[in-house]
Amino acid sequence: MAGNNMRNGDVVLEIRGITKHFPGVLANDNVNLTLKKGEILALLGENGAGKSTLMNIVYGLYRADSGQVLLRNQEAHFASPREAIHSGIGMVHQHFQLIPVMSVAENVVLGEEVTSGAFLDRKEAVRHVRELSEQYKLRVDPDAIIEELPVGTQQRVEIIKALYRHAEILILDEPTAVLTPQEVDELFKIMRDLADRGVSIIFITHKLKEVLTIAHRIVVMRDGQVVGEATPAESTPESLAAMMVGREVLLRVQRGPAHPQDTVLDVIGLSALDDRHHHAVRDVSFSVRSGEVLGVAGVQGNGQTELVEVLTGLRHATAGRVIIHGEDLTNTSPRSVTSSGTGHVPEDRRRFGMVDNYTVAENLVLNSYYDLPFSVPPTARTLPVVMAGYIGIFLAFFAVLASIWGALWSSALWSLTLGLFGIQDVESASREAMNGPNMVELIVMLVMVLVIGYLAHRFTMWVLRRLQKAAGKPLRFGKKDRGLVLDHRQIDQHAVGLVEQFDIRTPDVDTHAGSLSGGNQQKMVVAREFGRKPRLLVAAQPTRGIDVGSIEFIHQQIIAQRDAGAAVLLVSAELDEIVALSDRIVVMYKGEIVATVDADKVTREQLGLLMAGASAEDVLGVRAA
Amino acid sequence: MSELSVAAAPPVKSFSFIVRLLRHAAVPILSVLTAVLIGAVIIALAGYDPVMAYVGLLDGAFGNTAGLTRTLVKMTPLVFSGLSVAFAFKGGLFNIGAQGQLVMGSVLSAWVGFAVAVDLGDPVLSTIVHVSLALLAGALGGLLWGAIPGILKAYTGAHEVITTIMFNYIATNFISWLLYAGSPAEGIPPGPFNDGNGVIARTPTIMPTAQLPVIYDPPGPQFLHLGLFLALITAILVGVLVSKLKFGFELRMVGLNPTAARYSGISVKRITIMTMVIAGALAGLAGAMQTLGVNYRYEPNQSLGLGFTAITVALLGGGDPLGVVLSAFLFGVMDAGSTRMQFNSGVPSEIIVVIQALILMFVAAEQMIRSLYRIKAEGDTGQRLSTGWGQR
Repeated sequence: MAGNNMRNGDVVLEIRGITKHFPGVLANDNVNLTLKKGEILALLGENGAGKSTLMNIVYGLYRADSGQVLLRNQEAHFASPREAIHSGIGMVHQHFQLIPVMSVAENVVLGEEVTSGAFLDRKEAVRHVRELSEQYKLRVDPDAIIEELPVGTQQRVEIIKALYRHAEILILDEPTAVLTPQEVDELFKIMRDLADRGVSIIFITHKLKEVLTIAHRIVVMRDGQVVGEATPAESTPESLAAMMVGREVLLRVQRGPAHPQDTVLDVIGLSALDDRHHHAVRDVSFSVRSGEVLGVAGVQGNGQTELVEVLTGLRHATAGRVIIHGEDLTNTSPRSVTSSGTGHVPEDRRRFGMVDNYTVAENLVLNSYYDLPFSVPPTARTLPVVMAGYIGIFLAFFAVLASIWGALWSSALWSLTLGLFGIQDVESASREAMNGPNMVELIVMLVMVLVIGYLAHRFTMWVLRRLQKAAGKPLRFGKKDRGLVLDHRQIDQHAVGLVEQFDIRTPDVDTHAGSLSGGNQQKMVVAREFGRKPRLLVAAQPTRGIDVGSIEFIHQQIIAQRDAGAAVLLVSAELDEIVALSDRIVVMYKGEIVATVDADKVTREQLGLLMAGASAEDVLGVRAA
Repeated sequence: MSELSVAAAPPVKSFSFIVRLLRHAAVPILSVLTAVLIGAVIIALAGYDPVMAYVGLLDGAFGNTAGLTRTLVKMTPLVFSGLSVAFAFKGGLFNIGAQGQLVMGSVLSAWVGFAVAVDLGDPVLSTIVHVSLALLAGALGGLLWGAIPGILKAYTGAHEVITTIMFNYIATNFISWLLYAGSPAEGIPPGPFNDGNGVIARTPTIMPTAQLPVIYDPPGPQFLHLGLFLALITAILVGVLVSKLKFGFELRMVGLNPTAARYSGISVKRITIMTMVIAGALAGLAGAMQTLGVNYRYEPNQSLGLGFTAITVALLGGGDPLGVVLSAFLFGVMDAGSTRMQFNSGVPSEIIVVIQALILMFVAAEQMIRSLYRIKAEGDTGQRLSTGWGQR
């Protein structure tokens, strides 16, 4: 094979001893790497292992503290991505850098436009894109508008963009994270084709199976260092995972048989519409018992998202009933669902599950902040009493201090104090004439009001706490009468406990959640939802886009919850995950449940057929025959 | 490797607070300085002496007790209206309508001031009750004018930027009608709130009991009213509300991530409406300050542009109550000193408007300041100013 010969040939990129610090983190530690012409090199590692940092250095986004980048045996210093692009390096980021409202051709030529006079030569741009797309078998319509294209096609546009700039080295950052399985297959075909034509590809990922399928060579990174190199032929998923994580990893969760008890969740004839008012969930019925995991299998977009949203109160059902613990919770609010003892790990973590700019501690009380122990009295109904006490204490303080002040005022001491600052005391008579106090008095007055106000506040809070302690229970009228004040100390303590228990890697609980790695963000969400010891657990795509170590941990936690007696509804697009965790499986296709089966009585192939829309009689009947 | 391990040491925690504060304040401070420098260049190009102009400005604002009083009086309504805009920011809303809410509050407080008589025998008691009523009326006027765009946003998704701008026009014209002087010659009657002078659009003077108590009256026409105290205390209350109370937690969550707020069980509609209600009330109080503390009546030119300056004040203050107070003070200085500046150096006082516009430009497009002074962005800790067009 021509490609293979080339791969044995020239080194196009060499990284020597790259080291990069970020405050508090050693992101790259003396990293060495080579890339040959026409080679697909997989850069494998957990989130935060330093893969992206390294590639961003090569691409000119970051500057290394020390070390060299050699491009075709010449030392290269890129001050910006622009220079890297001009030297033939292209990068496709995880989040595409495309302008949604512009056409494919316009996006491709953007910044490197072909012009005729002052105007963009649209025809020429379209011709260029068409040429590239034929040459590299990257099917795409140059006139299509980006936002109307599926994600996989948008990614192809990004690749064309790089090729249009004559990229000979292509860096793909987690390219499969956003793709469907079919799109992944197509991407891999494209990658092989590009490699055969002499393009060198660095493929950043943490997915083991993909690495084994596509890469010619695998470099594994951990904690900023290269910890190993391998070829797919000599590797297994287990050996790679062990290298990535630094210990043996259980790729399959160990679990004993389920001991289902009484029914916790009962769904009867449920239907719902999606955002575009199409029927997304059609007459769905199932039940989940305590102590079992019910897996919902199905290709993404077959109504699972909407189903979960209806169950958790985020979407209205058009028909049917949701019964949790015998209580009809159809079309109530998310809050009544959570307070019924339901934990919900949402599918889209960044949109629903967390607030980036909130601290870890705040995120850990995101849906339990509103009641004790996090929101403390005064409550809405005790507030008037507290306010009255508050004002009383303020006035008392003020009276005492004012009388002391008044005594000072008339005394020689006061004039002396003012004199020290070179201020002449105004006689009280002329003060009357001036219709008010002077500037100094004014400032003293303001400071006094503030200080006394603060003291009164602290005192009131102290009295309140004592009263509460004496009463032995929170001062409120009934359960619905909730506190108005957040107890930050309580929130922090709660967070410290969960961070420890669920092994969330964060500098401290006051760190913004958005700065954590994806896996740790997900652990944070899981900690919040599992930490409440829910009786029903709804986990939607609980391990999407996170690293192997975190996946293992979350899988163990799900089984632990099951064994502790929770009813678990697991929705996942990853068939492996469904098979590994579920006791029973329902398959959703076009909004309907097409089959309900015991997990140990069905094969992966059968599930695959059911997910693709084959009828249950055909698939399961064949097995019976 | 030794110097590397030093760099890798985690930052000391007690310092990080000061560092964070400095980083927060760096852009606003440098924006102001840059605007002042560019202002100096413009003054010099126009053939005046910039040093003399700025000395005159500071002299007018601080030179004597009258100047300082003028500064504090100018600052008072800006604290309220700046808090209004900053508070809405926290809830993810861009309240362009502070101006409309402000004049509505102003007029309504004037009405309570001139049309409602409070006589409880004791003048002090009467003043306390009447002033409180008039202030409440001011808050109520702004509240209503803020609540309507809030309700529209919550229930129909109408973007608050559009609706509040439109509501500014409605308020302006509604008040023109209320205050219309009429035309005795042509037999056109005056508007319902006009004092019947036949020429000027203004309300009658408010009663003495509705006037905000004067707390400092230096020589000269300036005097300081109680509003400054109220403004500072309100700033503290807003700060407590946003960062210590449960409502503030919900408000900020709605501002930062409305879908997560929905997930957590918050009624986004309720919070959106409440945000606009409180922001409106704050702007209404700003208007009441002018009516009850300075002019003792409502005349349209008293609140000219106050609600728009509020946007600059809120942006410069970084949406933080303390920042709002400081930037309101700065704007008070510029307003109070501009006349003296013109008098001393001959520079037209309009140059101040230019400087204010430059400040707005720099804080709104802080990228310019960041690249000019090479300040690194703070990552994801920034406050989002608006949820964008058509979202939510």
